[in-house]
This record gives sequence, C-alpha cells and structure tokens, in this order.
Amino acid sequence: MTETTTAPTAAEKHTALHEEHAALGASFTDFGGWQMPLKYGSELAEHRAVREAAGLFDLSHMGEIWATGPDAGALLDYALVGKLSAIPVGKAKYSLICATDGGIIDDLIVYRVSEDDFLVVPNAGNAPTVAAELEARLAAFEAARGAAAVTLRDASAETSLVAVQGPNAEAIVLAVVHPDDAAAVVGLKYYAAVELEAAGIPVLLARTGYTGEDGFELFVPNGRAAELWKALAAAGEGHGLIPCGLASRDSLRLEAGMPLYGNELSRERTPFAAGLGGVVALKSKEGDFVGRAALQAAKDDGEGATSGQRLVGLRGLGRRAARSHYPVLKDGVKVGEVTSGQPSPTLGYPVALAYIDVEHSAPGTRLDADLRGKAEPFEVVALPFYQRQK
Amino acid sequence: MSNVPADLSYTAEHEWVSTEPGDGIVRIGITDFAQDALGDVVYVQMPEVGTEVTADAVVGEVESTKSVSDIYAPVSGKVVARNEALDSDPALVNSDPYGEGWLIEVQLAEGADTDGLLSAAQYEQQVG
Repeated sequence: MTETTTAPTAAEKHTALHEEHAALGASFTDFGGWQMPLKYGSELAEHRAVREAAGLFDLSHMGEIWATGPDAGALLDYALVGKLSAIPVGKAKYSLICATDGGIIDDLIVYRVSEDDFLVVPNAGNAPTVAAELEARLAAFEAARGAAAVTLRDASAETSLVAVQGPNAEAIVLAVVHPDDAAAVVGLKYYAAVELEAAGIPVLLARTGYTGEDGFELFVPNGRAAELWKALAAAGEGHGLIPCGLASRDSLRLEAGMPLYGNELSRERTPFAAGLGGVVALKSKEGDFVGRAALQAAKDDGEGATSGQRLVGLRGLGRRAARSHYPVLKDGVKVGEVTSGQPSPTLGYPVALAYIDVEHSAPGTRLDADLRGKAEPFEVVALPFYQRQK
Repeated sequence: MSNVPADLSYTAEHEWVSTEPGDGIVRIGITDFAQDALGDVVYVQMPEVGTEVTADAVVGEVESTKSVSDIYAPVSGKVVARNEALDSDPALVNSDPYGEGWLIEVQLAEGADTDGLLSAAQYEQQVG
C-alpha cells in the first residue's frame, strides 16, 4: 500500500550523511538508486517548517559534473538547450538536456563558478546518463569543430549537497559564515553562487532550491558533509530548523509548480509541452545544438500552445486528490493525464500537475479527474499553486 | 515494530475490528502499521450512517500527502456510526489508530460474523 521501504537493497547507495539520518530516526526510501530519508517524523510538520521557518535537506544524491576549460561554455551550448556560455561568473541557469528527437533527458542547473569552470547538476537517477551524454557530445563537438579545450569530470561520487530552505534560511547561513562574508550572503541573488567557508568548511554556496521558499544549497566534499550538516542543524536551533525528507520536498515543489523528472519531464515530452519553451535558446544560439532541429519543428508546430498537450496546474474542487497517472476527463472523454498530485498541505485543497490537450488547457476550464473509477471535479489554474510573500 | 493489540481481529488489508461495542456491532479502524506506512493522514472518506456494506468491498479511503489507501469492509452489515471527529482532525488516525482514530461502526448482517478475520498473532506474522 506504500512505496516506503526500510530495508535497503543492494542497488541502493548511501550518501555521506546516512549515519546522521539514521541517528535522527529517518525512514528511508529508494530514490534514483539512493537510499534517502523520506521523513524524520511527520512529513506535514517538515513541510510546514520549510514554509514557516526552515528545513535542512540532504540532496547528496544529485549529480555534480564539472566542465572546465576555455571551450566549456561552447560545449555546453552544444550539449544543452540553453545558452550557457552567456551565464555571468557567479550566476546559474536552469536548463535541459534533450535527445536529438527533442525529448527531455534531464533538467539541470548549470553554475558558472569561474570564467572557465561550469558545474552541471543533474538529477540523481540521471547523473550517469547525463555524464555519458556529455562525454559523447564532447566527442561529436570535437568531430565537428576540431579539438576543444575542455575537460569533463564527474564529481558526483565525492560531492555532497546540503540545502537550507525556508524564510529563516538566510539567518541560519549567516550564523555559520565568517562575519566578513555576511554581506556576500545577504547580497547573493536567486540563482547565484559564491565560494566561501561555512562552519570553517570550504563550500560552494548557491541561492537555489526546489521548495518555493528562499533558501540555499551548499556543495561540500563528502569528507566534511557531516560536519557541515551538524553545524547547520546547530545554527538552526532557535530558528525552527528541522531535518526534512523527500516526502516534504515533493509536496513543497509541487505547491511551487516545479516539475519533477520522471513525473512531468521525460523522454516522451519536449520542453514546449512542459511549459519550458523559454529555456530553449533557438534564437540566441547561432550554432547547432543537440535536439535543435526537432525542437525548432516542435515550436513551429505550436506544441504546447496550439497543438498537442501542455503541462497545467489543476485545483481539486472536492477533497479527494488526483495522483500520478490518473486520467483527466472532459465530459467523460479522456483529454489528459495527471503526472503529480497531492492534497496541498499549505493550501488545504488537492493540487495536481497534468498534461492536457491544449484546447482544454486554459485556466478556468472545468475538468474531471478519474479517481479510481469515480470522476471528481478539478479546475485548470495558473501556476504556481503557492507563491511566497516577498 | 508496530503495535498490534492482542484483543482485536485484523484483515490482510490492515484494518482492525473490535467486537467491544457488543450487540452485534463492531468497530473498525486501520492498524498502526497502516497509518505509519501511509504517513500523515489528511483526509478520510467514510460511508454515511445507514450504508449497507459488503465484506471485502471498498467502502472509503484514507489519504495522506504521499499516497491513498482504500478502506475495505472487513464484515458485511450496516454502518451505524462514523467517527465525525476525523472530518476536522484526520490526524487522529496517526496519533491513536486503535482509539480516537477509529473509522466506522457496523451492525453485522444476519449470519455475518468475525470468524474469518486474522488473529493478532496471524496479523503480526504478516506485517512482521
């Protein structure tokens, strides 16, 4: 009746923080081949802590792939759909890696840490695929243009990632950095990153997240991850910080209308259907990139706008929640399918993301979700479901 | 290790049944194992009083943020009470699954009994 597991299978990897989670009484779940904390106590309490105070997450299952060298930006422009060479040093960009047919292989964040150093962060389960794709694309890039001054290094196995998310995140991070770095933390913009010391540990501190709240993500070598985790937990005492698992991470990102690879994003969907057409740099990139022809064709077809399906938000008008893979109906006829859905802890009504035939995708459209044989009313609404007060 | 009170009967679908109310009425809820596996319960859908239920048929559902689980009638009969407190405080299912978090009471149909249900020992073996 549940996906929860307590016994690890041989295939599941542990993060460097596994002992910390076990000591905190976490229940674990398999995610992307990793045994990750699902929750430590109540997932609703963890969700609320992030909305109202702060939460501490282990995201060490995420991948970290470095592209380094004078041609790193040009390689990423070829390998990904965005114009990554245009990222200023110290900033980050959300992007996608697509197949030649335009299908989404993964969504990822790319940080430009220095002029010639880019950090690519793919999802856990996709990290090996993305690393292999980047290598293959480097080979194709060099075959087309000659030797490139760029090296790729997959640092996923030695890098941990810890996130502090919530309205009190900044105060907590300020408590662990040197006073001289306080201005850099306060001044750090959303989707920007800076190298500094937190609790005396060298980290890459990014103002990013997946919760719809203000927050930070800290990249740290495995060997010092536990030390950083404990320092942040201690600094969070008095700020309402509690450790949070993947259950709350999922409900938080859904309320914020953020897609999850494997649910909303897949090889079967293009960025245009997913509402991520703005991420595809068809105009600003002059050169070829993997998937360009197919993505241009999808755009010309009006995919996600005038043809095919598009990803929309659904608000439940009753109390029962639609879940992943439930059919969505218009007058009894299937017009789409739910990709993620839950009762929203913050809003108090069911929310869902779903791919819907474009002609029924306008906000305000009344649809039904087939909840195990019984139609329940839903309405198309604009995303996100939840937006923090700034 | 989840709590399995010895004086209750159980189903393979993680419901418990108590004959405590007496007079052919049984009280039904979900087990500690079930509430723990579901996570924080946010909504419980139960049949109205007066509804006829058939053993092994779906009569409602328990929703948490991350999943949903059907409630099966462990016995045949008529619903004579539903736990109204769950409408405003569904988390009672988590905090007190065998007490304040009960779901419904059913008047056993003629000829219906609880003999086919699992004993605490049998249920414990299943979830152990």
